[in-house]
Order: sequence, then structure tokens, then C-alpha cells
Amino acid sequence: MPTLAESTAQFDRLEAQAHLLTAVFRAGGYELVAPAIIQPASLMLDVIGEDLRARTYVFPDQDGHELCLRPDLTVPTCRLYLERDPAAASTARLCYNGPAFRYRAVDARKGNPREFRQAGLEAFGLPDPESADAEIVSLTATAARAAGLKDFCLKIGDIGLFSALLDALAMPQRWRDRLRHQFWRPAAFRAELQRLTSAPDAAARRLPKDLVAALDPAKPRAALDIVANHLARAGHDQQGTRSLEEITEGLLAIVADARTKALPAGDAALIEAVAAVRAPASAAADHIAAAARRPGLDITAALDAFTRRLALLRAGGADLDAAEFSGDFGRKFEYYTGFVFELEAPDLGRNNPIAGGGRYDGLLETVGAPRRVPAVGAAIYTERLLQAQSGGLA
Amino acid sequence: MSDVDKLIIALPSKGRMMDDSAAVFASAGLPITKSQSARGYQGDMPALPAVEVHYVSASEIAGRLRAGTVHLGITGEDLVEEASVERDGRVISARKLGFGQADVVVAVPAAWLDVNRMADLETMGVAFRRRHGRRVRVATKYLNITRRYFSREGVASYRIVESLGATEGAPAAGLAELIVDITSTGATLKANGLKILDDGVILHSEANLFISSAAPWPPALTATRDALLQRIAAR
Repeated sequence: MPTLAESTAQFDRLEAQAHLLTAVFRAGGYELVAPAIIQPASLMLDVIGEDLRARTYVFPDQDGHELCLRPDLTVPTCRLYLERDPAAASTARLCYNGPAFRYRAVDARKGNPREFRQAGLEAFGLPDPESADAEIVSLTATAARAAGLKDFCLKIGDIGLFSALLDALAMPQRWRDRLRHQFWRPAAFRAELQRLTSAPDAAARRLPKDLVAALDPAKPRAALDIVANHLARAGHDQQGTRSLEEITEGLLAIVADARTKALPAGDAALIEAVAAVRAPASAAADHIAAAARRPGLDITAALDAFTRRLALLRAGGADLDAAEFSGDFGRKFEYYTGFVFELEAPDLGRNNPIAGGGRYDGLLETVGAPRRVPAVGAAIYTERLLQAQSGGLA
Repeated sequence: MSDVDKLIIALPSKGRMMDDSAAVFASAGLPITKSQSARGYQGDMPALPAVEVHYVSASEIAGRLRAGTVHLGITGEDLVEEASVERDGRVISARKLGFGQADVVVAVPAAWLDVNRMADLETMGVAFRRRHGRRVRVATKYLNITRRYFSREGVASYRIVESLGATEGAPAAGLAELIVDITSTGATLKANGLKILDDGVILHSEANLFISSAAPWPPALTATRDALLQRIAAR
């Protein structure tokens, strides 16, 4: 029989711990909520993506509806907020403690039970992003300490800095979008950077020459007819949900890429240099500024926001000389849009964070809000937190 | 119930795969005779009396190999690849058998002139999501194979809809935008207005003789297995 983590003894300890964690969150002004455990599969899966879906328990109910056991509490908490306020006009500070479910191969279940408890907090609609970021980190660290954790390391990253750097470099907006999008996948990111510096016409070379010659990115209306005629001549029926406009748009982007000068190797090197910055948080801004130093390149606003957030973190009790900044700090969920952080306990080692979170300004819109809503949150992996206090993996 | 001292081989229970599997053993001098007692679901190998043949639906053989309830089995590489979330060495190929060849491929509507490679797929997926407010859908029965390959190729803006038959018709029916499916000649895909991406061949699959490392392997059965593999190699 596979060992289940939720033995009676563990249950009592988790309950006691949850009480301590949520007490800190509530004292910080966060309302305790209990989002639904069973979630509609289609929305949940559309938001979280296939990687996590592979580990989500999905099932049809007796009415034939596709449901799932929540693999995470952030999306269910977003839904709860939107059910109360569909216009997403209010600010809200919400916290939770409850089970989440993820498939794990039998051998990997030790320390990572398939039914686990997540305690966390989410701040929606707060107008001052750096201050909200710092508030979340401070409460997460305070809660972990209140639960008995003595020694941990804060790791931070900032996708906002990376975004600002792309904005400051001269390139078409769609290249920025693509690089930003692939930030989460280092191999794909390097491949994209490589393509933009060496062969922006790679995709165009796979298209019929006459078609490439006929298309003009400045004349999208004329392009529609050209593409329609080409499809008719080739005998390809338009089928499915993707329209002629969408195909034409895709083709025009490819043609525009082919007619754009390649990204200078120096720009790519600069992007890689900033992504490669590793430094104590207290020195990170200087390192980034040095890596991005070049006449005419201005990321001052992003650096100022970064520095201001650090000052707020320090005021909230963080030791910035001990905290680690990493330029390509990786998170597993690509819904993060700005600041990201993790707490690691030395006993559990890397890749087993005790808590993690960050800013995800796009998520509420994906879940149904009428527009982007500032949002930042964090979750504590409560089983790991217990383990860290008993001196490492059981 | 089978005896614990029997080496159990799972073979496809019908169709070309069954005939071709039988031919492999016959040509190795190991003809299979159907048991009288088990109404055609079991067979014996008179040349190797320790062997017991179980006829199983092709889709179940990979699962039995993984569970270790059979020692050897003949099935497609696609089905073994698909049977696990991660590659874990529970099922090992002993030999490719040269039949049942087919490719697992990523196919999109031929009208998608702008999508020819996996990288284009991701660019398209991002634009699709922005416009339609949902992820582009991939119809397939190969959930694990698709996830592994798409992830390796940096494609993340999609979601899978499970399809258990006539997958090639899913885009035209509006059930999905593209598919991952198995094809031997590509003719069915073409007839359905689909094209295979330039780097869209995920797997060249064929029938293999597989060994279950999860099954019990006492020395006597290991000896029987080695004798059997030797005869097949010498065929």
C-alpha cells in the first residue's frame, strides 16, 4: 500500500500549524475564505496549462460535466473573488488553508503527497504594486516563523525588469511578446533568441516564394485576398475555427520578420547577461544596472521600482544581504507577470521551496474579470514546512 | 490462474498484429498452439513448455507489462510510450519486429500556411488565445506523448481534448484545432485536409517484443526468456 501522508499524527500537526499560519494572515488584514474543492475542469485547465493538467485529477460527474479536484488554490480563490465582485472593482485581501490534489508517481510521493495542504494569501486590486509585493513576502515569512521555522533563505526574481529591458531595446513588439512568453522555458527562449539574431527569415523560407513576395505587411486587407486565392489554387479548404484573417495575420508576421533586420548579437548578449545576474538582493540593482549599461538604454523606471520594493522588503524585516536575486528566477507557473519569490529551508535543499509566490496581473482576466487586475499572492507548502522543522525529509 | 513458474507472453488478440506476432514465433521454430481449455484466450508453446501465451487486446498489453502481470509482450512502441507519465524503465524493448510501422505525428489544417514547425505552433497558440479567449485544442488519444513532446519543443499554449476514434475528423468537426495521431501513409490525414508539421513526427513506431522489468524473474524464467530471445534473434 502506498503510504499516505495524512496520518492521524500528521493531521493534528497540520491543523495546529494551519491555525498559526492563518492567524498571522488574519492579523495582517486578510479574510479567511474556503474556495470550492471541486472545480469546473475546463476553466481550470484552460488557465493552468497541460503541464499541471497532467497532474490534475479530472473526472466526469453523473451529469457528464467535466470536473477536477483543485490542483492549486490560487485560481479557485480568483473565482471566489469574481463571484463576489464580477466587475473586479474592489480591493480584496483573502487567505486560505485547505487541501489541493496533484498526481505523483508512487516513488515520488514522499514529501510530496498527492493530497496536500496549501495555506496562502492573495491580494487583489491593490493600487501600489511594490508595497503589495512586500506585504505578501513579509506576511509569508512571518507566518513561516510563527509556525516554528527558524532558518530559511529568501530568493527573488523580477520578470518586470526583464520586460523593461525588452521594451528598451529596439525590436518589433511581436519579438518582445515572444521572448517574454518563452521566458519560462529556457531552451525555447534561447532558441527564439538565436532565431531572431541569426535568421529572422527562417519561417518565411518555408513558405512558397511567390506568396512571400506578394504579401505586404502594410496592406493587410489586400493580403486577405492574396491568401484566399492562394488557398483556393492549392485546393486547401478553410476548415475549423481558425479564420482566414488569423492565418493571414500569421503570414504577415512571418513576412514582416523576414524583412526586419536581425536582432544585433550585442542585444542578445545583453539580454543573456541580465538574465545571468546572480547576486545578494542588496547588490542586485547595481549588478543589473552594470549588465544593462549602454548609451541610450534606459530601464531606470523598472530599476527604481525594483529598488523601492527592496526597501519595503527591508522595512518588513527581510535580510537583503542573505536574500538571493536571480535574473532568470524560474517559477513553474507561467501566469506570473512581475515580482516572484520563494522561501527555501536549508534542510530541504533547492527545488523544494517551503513557500512561493509572486505577481500575476493577467490571471483574473483569464478567469473572467473584464480587464487586467493587479494581483499578488503566495502559497505555503505546509507538509514541507513541517518537515523543515523536523530536520529534513522524513 | 496461471502457475507462478510460467513465463507469460501477452500477444494481440486480433487482426494483423495477432497474425504477424504468431508468424514471428513460428519462424523462430516456436509455433503457438491455442489451448483447448481457455476458449481461445490462451495458448501454449510446445517447444518451450514453460511459456504460456495470453491473448490480450492490444491497448491493454502495455498496461500489463507495466504492472508486471505478464513477462513479455508484443505491442506498438506508441502504446508503451503512452502508458506512462514519465519514462521509468518498467518496460524494456528486447527487439524491434519490423511490422506494425506507423508514425505518431502532429498534424494541422493544410490551410494553415503560417504554421509549419512546432515553434510556429506556439506563436499561433498565443495569438489564438488572445483572439478566442481560450487555448487552442489538440485532439489526441496520446495524452502523455503529446505533453512530453510539446513541452520539449517549448509549446505550452494549448490544451488536449481526448479523442478515442476518428481523430483526423476533429478539426473539420470543430472539436479541436489540430491533432496528434498515428498514421502509416499519411493518406487519411491528407484526405481530411491536414498536413504533418516539418518537425511534427514525434515517434516512428513499430511492433516490439517488450520485457517487463516489473514482473517476477526467478532464474528458471530468466533462462526460458533468454532461450526464447535467442531463437527469435537467430530466426
